[in-house]
Amino acid sequence: MNSILESPSPVRTDENRLPLVQAQGVRKSYGQLQVLKGIDLQVDAGQVMCLLGPSGSGKSTFLRCINHLERIDGGRINFDGELIGYAQRNGKLHEMKPREVARQRRGIGMVFQRFNLFPHLTALENIIAAPIGIKRIPKAQAIAQAHELLEQVGLGDKATLHPAKLSGGQQQRVAIARALAMEPKLMLFDEPTSALDPELVGDVLDVMQKLAASGMTMIVVTHEIGFARNVADEVVFMDGGVVVESGSPAEVLGNPSHERTRAFLENVI
Amino acid sequence: MAGNSTVHRRPAPGAIVAAEPGAHDIVAVPLRHPGRWVLASLILLALLGVGTSLWQNPNIDHPTIAKYLFSDRIVAGAVLTVALTIITMVLSTILGIVLALMRLSANPVLNSVAWLYVWIFRGTPLLVQIVFWGYLGLLYKQLSLGVPFTDFTVFTVDTNALIPAFVAGVIALTTNQAAYTAEIVRAGMLSVDQGQKEACYSLGMTPLFTLFKVELPQAMRVIIPPMGNETISMLKDTALLSLIAVAELYTVAARISSQNLHQVELLIVVSIWYLALTSILSVPQYYLERHYGRGSRTLGPTPIGRAVALAHRVRRSQEGNRS
Repeated sequence: MNSILESPSPVRTDENRLPLVQAQGVRKSYGQLQVLKGIDLQVDAGQVMCLLGPSGSGKSTFLRCINHLERIDGGRINFDGELIGYAQRNGKLHEMKPREVARQRRGIGMVFQRFNLFPHLTALENIIAAPIGIKRIPKAQAIAQAHELLEQVGLGDKATLHPAKLSGGQQQRVAIARALAMEPKLMLFDEPTSALDPELVGDVLDVMQKLAASGMTMIVVTHEIGFARNVADEVVFMDGGVVVESGSPAEVLGNPSHERTRAFLENVI
Repeated sequence: MAGNSTVHRRPAPGAIVAAEPGAHDIVAVPLRHPGRWVLASLILLALLGVGTSLWQNPNIDHPTIAKYLFSDRIVAGAVLTVALTIITMVLSTILGIVLALMRLSANPVLNSVAWLYVWIFRGTPLLVQIVFWGYLGLLYKQLSLGVPFTDFTVFTVDTNALIPAFVAGVIALTTNQAAYTAEIVRAGMLSVDQGQKEACYSLGMTPLFTLFKVELPQAMRVIIPPMGNETISMLKDTALLSLIAVAELYTVAARISSQNLHQVELLIVVSIWYLALTSILSVPQYYLERHYGRGSRTLGPTPIGRAVALAHRVRRSQEGNRS
């Protein structure tokens, strides 16, 4: 397998920019509470987008809609030329079967705030479970790939340990390796460092920064303003289920045009 | 520590020693627990009293116990009891898992059927269910396979030919146990963190793969301890099948005592057997709990591992003494 974290960065010219993810008017409600009120966003291949905003702004929910962990009530999300979660036939949307949704999700990796490693499996077994069981990769090949990924996230010596024996930062890096083992085209990060002790945050952010430099398309929900400033191509500020403003880190973080963005940034930094 | 002339003495065994170097060693007399000795003596005395009264009871014919404990009929009954326990536990666990998954599924039909099943089989006495299955021949003289409400049938057999007492017993115990197992499995499945399922789905795993690779193995940690209890209960509940004349341990003993009138002696014989069998059952439970507990806590050595370690220590200390 080509090293995901160390492959040379693809040239990002405007010619080969394809919208890998395209969200149009995405709406989502929990009962009476509308958490997404029409989100329009576009992420090009190779781009890193950071979603910022206060808790309850809908950024995590939007992220979970992209791989259909949440069903959307309105609008649509396209990923890699396909509608997520629905098939369009004769002008009508048909809900996909779980098996079809599972196939779509294979192209989208996700990293969770609470890591969600499988506690009954070792670090290595966590990584190879899906490649062997779902992608039907030969076991030896999957193991070799897993060792390589663990090496790349700096945990080459932890392969045989169960998650309970790893620190939070180590668990999150195993979780990143696990998602990368499926060789996704897009990586979703849902507050990946929020549950970590402050001194462990850096290791995880380093891995993410390397991943971004390798050309991976990433959507990152985070409160790490420094990471957004250094790594993101586009920063999106959400509040109350809508996109308040978006643009380059310099624009949104350096010179926010909305009062709400400014107030949020003052509180966070 | 120049000038310190104190001779460093080894502390007495069991004494608490302060870890700091240079600190004065604490040589304390361990706290005594005289109450424990008094209590233990009293209980031992009571047990001894009960034991001798049983042993010297002229109404108990001890040679009869010895004669029947390993007699062919009793051993055959015990074998059937073990076979019944294994067969019913395997079948009921499979059925129980299916019922639990039906209860947890989003399909309202499956959900309701599973609920109804548990309601009926947990809500009526096992004894009644056993007699019911044993008397199925009274309810339906013949059983046939065909299309309901038409005359089309594939085959028809006599109920009593298809369902002998042993099969009726297995059906009764299996169907009843499955209702309890279903609830245990359901509780186990609900104990698995919701984030596990999300992680699986985000990796592109199908619901079925998620179930077998991630959810059930983690649920097992919660399921195994109560299932050990259920197995022990089942071993003893097989005695109820004496009602429909399945020749298991208790039935055999009852038949023998009805001929030789040594009821109490044969009850002691079967009690010894049940106690021995349930004791043996706790061994696999211990190892299953260890297996499914991996990753969730630090595992100490097994009793066998401890014994091996002890042997090593003893040998090493002997070698130390010799040199």
